[in-house]
Amino acid sequence: MLLNIENVEKSHVSGGSRVAVLRGVSLSLEAGETVALTGESGSGKSTCLHLCAGLDRPDAGRIVVVGCDLARADDATLAGLRRGTVGLIFQQFNLIPSLTVRANLAFQARLSGRDDPDWCGELAMRLGLEGLHDRYPEQLSGGQQQRVAIGRALAARPALILADEPTGNLDEATGDAVLDLMLELVAESGAGLLMVTHSPRLAGRLGRRVRLTGGRLA
Amino acid sequence: MRRVALSALLAHWRRHPLQLATLLLGLALATALWSGVQAINAEARASYARAAGVLGQDRLESLVPARGLPHLDQDIFVSLRRAGWQVSPLLEGQWSRAGISVQIVGLDPFTAPRSALPGMILDETRITDFLAPPGLAYGAPETVAALTGVVGLPPLAAAEGMAPGLLFTDIGIAQSLLRAEGRLSRLLILPDQPRSRPELAAIAPGLERRAPIEQADSAQLTGSFHLNLTAFGLLSFAVGLFIVHSAIGLAFEQRRPMFRTLRALGLPLRDLVVVLAGEVVLLALVAGLVGIALGYLIAAALLPDVAATLRGLYGATVSGSLSLRPEWWLGGLGMALAGAAIAAGQSLWRLWRLPLLAPAQPTAWARASTRALARQGIAAGGLALVAVLAAVHGQGIAGGFILLGALLISAALALPGILALMLAGGARLARGALAQWFWADTRQQLPGLSLALMALLLALSANIGVGTMVASFRLTFTDWLDQRLPSELYVTARDQEEARRLRDWLAPRIDALLPIWKVEGTILGGPVEIYGVADHRTYPDNWPLILGEADTWQVLARGQGMIVNEQLWRRADLALGDTVPLPGGAVRALVGVYADYGNPKGQVILGLDDLTALYPDVDRRRYAIRTDPAAVPELKTALTEEFGLPSDSMIDQGRVKEISLMVFERTFLVTGALNVLTMAVAGFAMFTSLLTLSTMRLPQLAPVWALGLTRRRLARLELIRAMLLAGLTLLVAVPVGLILAWVLLAVINVAAFGWKLPMHLFPADWLWLGLLALAAAGLAAAWPAWRLARLAPSDLLKVFADER
Repeated sequence: MLLNIENVEKSHVSGGSRVAVLRGVSLSLEAGETVALTGESGSGKSTCLHLCAGLDRPDAGRIVVVGCDLARADDATLAGLRRGTVGLIFQQFNLIPSLTVRANLAFQARLSGRDDPDWCGELAMRLGLEGLHDRYPEQLSGGQQQRVAIGRALAARPALILADEPTGNLDEATGDAVLDLMLELVAESGAGLLMVTHSPRLAGRLGRRVRLTGGRLA
Repeated sequence: MRRVALSALLAHWRRHPLQLATLLLGLALATALWSGVQAINAEARASYARAAGVLGQDRLESLVPARGLPHLDQDIFVSLRRAGWQVSPLLEGQWSRAGISVQIVGLDPFTAPRSALPGMILDETRITDFLAPPGLAYGAPETVAALTGVVGLPPLAAAEGMAPGLLFTDIGIAQSLLRAEGRLSRLLILPDQPRSRPELAAIAPGLERRAPIEQADSAQLTGSFHLNLTAFGLLSFAVGLFIVHSAIGLAFEQRRPMFRTLRALGLPLRDLVVVLAGEVVLLALVAGLVGIALGYLIAAALLPDVAATLRGLYGATVSGSLSLRPEWWLGGLGMALAGAAIAAGQSLWRLWRLPLLAPAQPTAWARASTRALARQGIAAGGLALVAVLAAVHGQGIAGGFILLGALLISAALALPGILALMLAGGARLARGALAQWFWADTRQQLPGLSLALMALLLALSANIGVGTMVASFRLTFTDWLDQRLPSELYVTARDQEEARRLRDWLAPRIDALLPIWKVEGTILGGPVEIYGVADHRTYPDNWPLILGEADTWQVLARGQGMIVNEQLWRRADLALGDTVPLPGGAVRALVGVYADYGNPKGQVILGLDDLTALYPDVDRRRYAIRTDPAAVPELKTALTEEFGLPSDSMIDQGRVKEISLMVFERTFLVTGALNVLTMAVAGFAMFTSLLTLSTMRLPQLAPVWALGLTRRRLARLELIRAMLLAGLTLLVAVPVGLILAWVLLAVINVAAFGWKLPMHLFPADWLWLGLLALAAAGLAAAWPAWRLARLAPSDLLKVFADER
């Protein structure tokens, strides 16, 4: 089992009162499986993804990623998990503005000690980033930036890829192209993919689809 | 409409109280240091004015001995009065005992100008006390308070409005106190003189008229000292302005979306600018008032040391207590407003030119593009050129300060570009992904931190420059003192007869008796002291000559020349061989120049026989004694037993050095304090910038955290980044500080004091300063880093949540 979520609960404090976001969510994901997590705005999709990435901790329940129980892990262990096991892709790309495309692509792989220049070169070619190596993020279009972000997530060959609305900031044609590429590369790498989206059309292109409503899986 | 807009704009400060505090504190600190220095200067100037106005000396001519002798005979006064001259006698002198010193002014209450006398002296109930022994001495309340209980002085009475540090007493009492029976310092010429009075030369041929301005020269002598203080105040003010500029710039950037909304809702651009300008004025007034209060406290704390410095260095007496003078607090408020206007000017100009549909998202605050860095570099180059031109063609102290100002601003402007190059070099050498990110990210932080780093550069350079100057001065001064004070004991007889007996008594008991005889007079338009030196090996062996030949001392002994101190040599632009007219008409050739640090006056040395031949009435009471150092205590005891000389008439070499060094240390105590305050302001600038950036940096740090770095590690890197930038700034500050030191030693000192000093380097001090700068940067970064380390993941996640 790549990812196992059991009865996870999470709430936030908002305006002085506690608001439950996730109310006993359970979900699992096998290696090579692609799952779309859908739901309305505020349904808890991103919160669920952040918990899986070890970016936040659940109030209750258990999350195990590649055998690691996140509830028991300390900060350093969670950071190590994010470096080596999980690949994160954000809607706003979140590239590092001070680094070139080449450095951004290899950044996470180098952090985790898995730098493979050949693999990075292949990724760059497959993602259509050749010729853009020495540019900075601000010199790229939105589609180009998201392709760099996907390359960065895949360069470290993570077991689990977590994508939060990866095409939400792109126009439909560019978004489709980027998603095609991402699915193709994920399938080749054998990693599992959990992708948050509110688009039924995009969700339909993944292997499985789960829907969050009012903090629970429908 | 404007009120609604102002209310909306002010709401920003309610949401960002720390930013408001930064802005107010920055401006208040800048104003405090400036107005503190100005308060000291205003107090000193008022004291000089009061001292100059003592008994109308600032407007009345005097009669003084023609050959620069210290005293004139009291009989001359009687003769002049009998001949119809309306003159009033004055005896002035320093009374000291057991380390307490006060200026005594002896006067005749019946002939002294009435308008210049404290009213109490003429009080019928007290005039008898004033005239009859033990007499009565009037002084400023603080002077009287300081002297209460001192043995040897007449009873004291406080009189408002008197200059500090002096006592008025009857001339007879003063003659007794100063051991000057039958002698006067000078005669004041009263305004109303009879037309038929005889010529001065017919009654008193040995006297000459002296203009009022020559006597009231404290303000002139101390002008350069106050200019130095003002320059330091201005530097501190400039450092403080960096904080204000960055705080205002940030507030404008953060409110750009609001500006767009307000304009979209119908607020005209002109009204928006007016409202924002009003807001800046309001903040400046609040900060200015706080700054003036702080400035008052700073001035009150520093004033006693400044007063001691002025007394020791120039003999000028300044009140040790501070009064609230409108000229400085209004000036301080004006500076606060001007500073806020300068700091806000750029932001208001940008707003004026901002299109309505410009992106509402705040741009990276003060983002420095390569083009901006290039522009800054060109400006730095231009100012460096101005500095070079000022160094080559500049004249006087004003030229020196133009050079200093241009040099410092040029260095500050060039700093971001230099740091960018250094960081690019570091990035090229970096190997790991994290190291590469660290260098690249540090370079990206430069624009946000550049103002604080520029302030740090100014503070560090000033510290290195002033520190090098003071330490070089101290080294030279102590060496010079060792050379200039070779005699083991210095004695002063009470009168000429006692001096003669002393000479006879001492001759068989010591190695040599070296007279220290002097007259005062005017040479080439300036006041000088003229000394005579004996033909003794002490002088060629010990006195360092800046210019002169091997036989200079023999030439002096033959009465064929004169040597002058460096101050007079530079001021009068003399060259060896020049002939110089002496008071009384004699002319001597210049055969040498000697260093004379710490003396504001010109000085001439002649051979002793030459001096006594030219000025037979010279005061012959002071002597230096060469003897076995071990015999000094015994000799002092014998002198006391044989002659009854008081202890303050015998000063041994060690005590003279101690006093000289004490004056020296006092002189630079204030400079040191201002140095520390400037560093503190720079540290605060760094702290506020880092604190501000810490909130703006989350979008840059959150992805790195998400990719696998712990918050604690990120915090450590933030700490290292701040220290790295401070360290690199120090590397730039060292050469700038050394150039500054050279300017201070070779240009400003020469213009201000008349002496040039050799420059020594003190690398250990730089190391210490480096550690201090790193500690300051570490401390400044500590809180933002600690906050980052403790930041809740949910706060970092907001960066990603805000995407939608």
